[in-house]
Amino acid sequence: HQVLRIRTKNEEEVRQLQLLESLEHLELDFWINPSAHALPVDVRIPAASVQSVKAFLESQGIDYSILIEDLQDVLDKEKQDMAESAQRQRSSSFDFGAYHTLDDINEELDHLASEYSFVEKIQIGESYEKRPLYVLKFSTGGSKRPAIWLDAGIHSREWVTQASALWIANKIASDYGTDASVTSLLDKMDLFLLPVANPDGFVYTHTSNRMWRKTRSKIAGSVCVGVDPNRNWDAGFGVSPLLAPPGPGASSRPCSDSYHGPSANSEVEVKSVVDFIKNHGNFKAFLTLHSYSQLLMYPYGYKCTRPDDYAELESLGRAAASSIRSLYGTTFQVGTICNTIYQASGGSIDWSYDNGIKYSFALELRDTGRYGFLLPAAQIVPTAKETWLGLKRIIEHVRDKTA
Amino acid sequence: SPAMELPPSHFPAARAAAVAVGYLRYLRGGPGRGLELRELRRARRQDIDDVGHKYYLELELEDVLDKDRRVSCTAEVLYHLGSTSCAPEVQVTVQGELRSTEEADQEFYNRIRSLEKELVAENIPDSHGNVPPELEPLHLLAWVASGYVIWQNSTENTKFHLAQVKHVKQVKRNDEDLQFDYVLLLHEMVSQEVLPWQVTVLWHPQHGARVSQ
Repeated sequence: HQVLRIRTKNEEEVRQLQLLESLEHLELDFWINPSAHALPVDVRIPAASVQSVKAFLESQGIDYSILIEDLQDVLDKEKQDMAESAQRQRSSSFDFGAYHTLDDINEELDHLASEYSFVEKIQIGESYEKRPLYVLKFSTGGSKRPAIWLDAGIHSREWVTQASALWIANKIASDYGTDASVTSLLDKMDLFLLPVANPDGFVYTHTSNRMWRKTRSKIAGSVCVGVDPNRNWDAGFGVSPLLAPPGPGASSRPCSDSYHGPSANSEVEVKSVVDFIKNHGNFKAFLTLHSYSQLLMYPYGYKCTRPDDYAELESLGRAAASSIRSLYGTTFQVGTICNTIYQASGGSIDWSYDNGIKYSFALELRDTGRYGFLLPAAQIVPTAKETWLGLKRIIEHVRDKTA
Repeated sequence: SPAMELPPSHFPAARAAAVAVGYLRYLRGGPGRGLELRELRRARRQDIDDVGHKYYLELELEDVLDKDRRVSCTAEVLYHLGSTSCAPEVQVTVQGELRSTEEADQEFYNRIRSLEKELVAENIPDSHGNVPPELEPLHLLAWVASGYVIWQNSTENTKFHLAQVKHVKQVKRNDEDLQFDYVLLLHEMVSQEVLPWQVTVLWHPQHGARVSQ
């Protein structure tokens, strides 16, 4: 359908248009009716009638111009615009400054994936209780570009981490194309974000026990449930420190909150990530979020010796901590896991580092114990913002070092 | 042997600092005063033959209800050799004055005494970190109680924090004290366990807090 704008010069031409209006078989739809000759007349003409109406106008010497070449196109675009706007409405209705249920989080992941063409939601596996493990893939093209891994919520009670991951996902997506650093990053590398690495535990913290840390897997021969997923990786698995201090490293008791599990990768939540990263084969950084204590750590945890890349990782860690501090003055301590907190085996960044992913960092976010796991929701966005500055510093370094 | 310098940012020093803070909360805390560690400035450790390990600490604290004021203190924490059943010995010296809580204490005391029904509350803070303002004094009194528990139960290899007040119940008494029976959740960072502790606190504006496990 076309829409024509007709400019009549005198009363006679107006009368001609009124005659045209009366011809019902043409199915003309006058948006502005012919009345006074000083006013333009807009009319929608069905495709079948376009040629004959134009011929008539030309034969009468009546001036016209094409207002809308193809109405369907316009309608289609408008529909799309409205849909996008509705999505933006839903997006601006997701409160990043509040704690959400798993269902709400998954809905927001869907929304981000639909709003941004370079964001895709993929499933890398299933939890013990068969919940999907959803990862957001940020990719502007290429094929298996060098990639960054970022996960949160492996310990389910650390609620500020899942919440921060959502904010960060939205930040990265909306910054592409406007922020020079994020744009150059995604033009060169991919980023994979797993916001809820332990969905069974997370649901359990909502329904039953806010302080639950582990997975929810059944353990043969025990009444106790769950394995500490950050003692379950294949890195010095099950090792207890030979020297007295401090702590068990990882516990062999099923009822313990740091139970390492019957064997490395026994937890499907861990195995799914391991398989995904190994199959991909081109990850350059492995970053994981925990809370609380305000620490920025690199390997090793399972042994108290320095990694080969100690100097670079320490320096990068300090730079990242400095970036974090620049926003609100929040101080993060930097060091190896073993020196900073304690010897602990089977941790994820030890595994990733020993598997060739040099830039492996674990962050413990706010606070230092005043609220601990129960960080007030008002601190989510400030925490996410400062954390993102630290991660960004690390990621920029990785980007610049990656061919 | 001489005392050796420890990095204050690392956990061995932080564990001793947590004990000192717990002890100080027990001694000087109340429904109107909660002391929080802002920074561990310096830490040294001395191994004393046949006695144990002694930590010398310089701490900067803040009163959460008087945030602009810095409170400096020094502390000594002695962990006795080979003992897990004996509480560490702690000495703390606070430099300067803490803000007076006389008025707030009296107000709290009067409010609770005038309640018809015994006060009961749970999950402080709640799952989202909220503490209703009228429960804040009970929250801070829980810091006093947990401070005592943390001091009494810490070893060189543990680091306790109060994770949550699971439950608190007032018990009316014939004498002048207020009594609160708490169930506290303590988070121990080395084992990562979150454990419930039952604690009873007696409190009076002039007599301070007495805690029993």
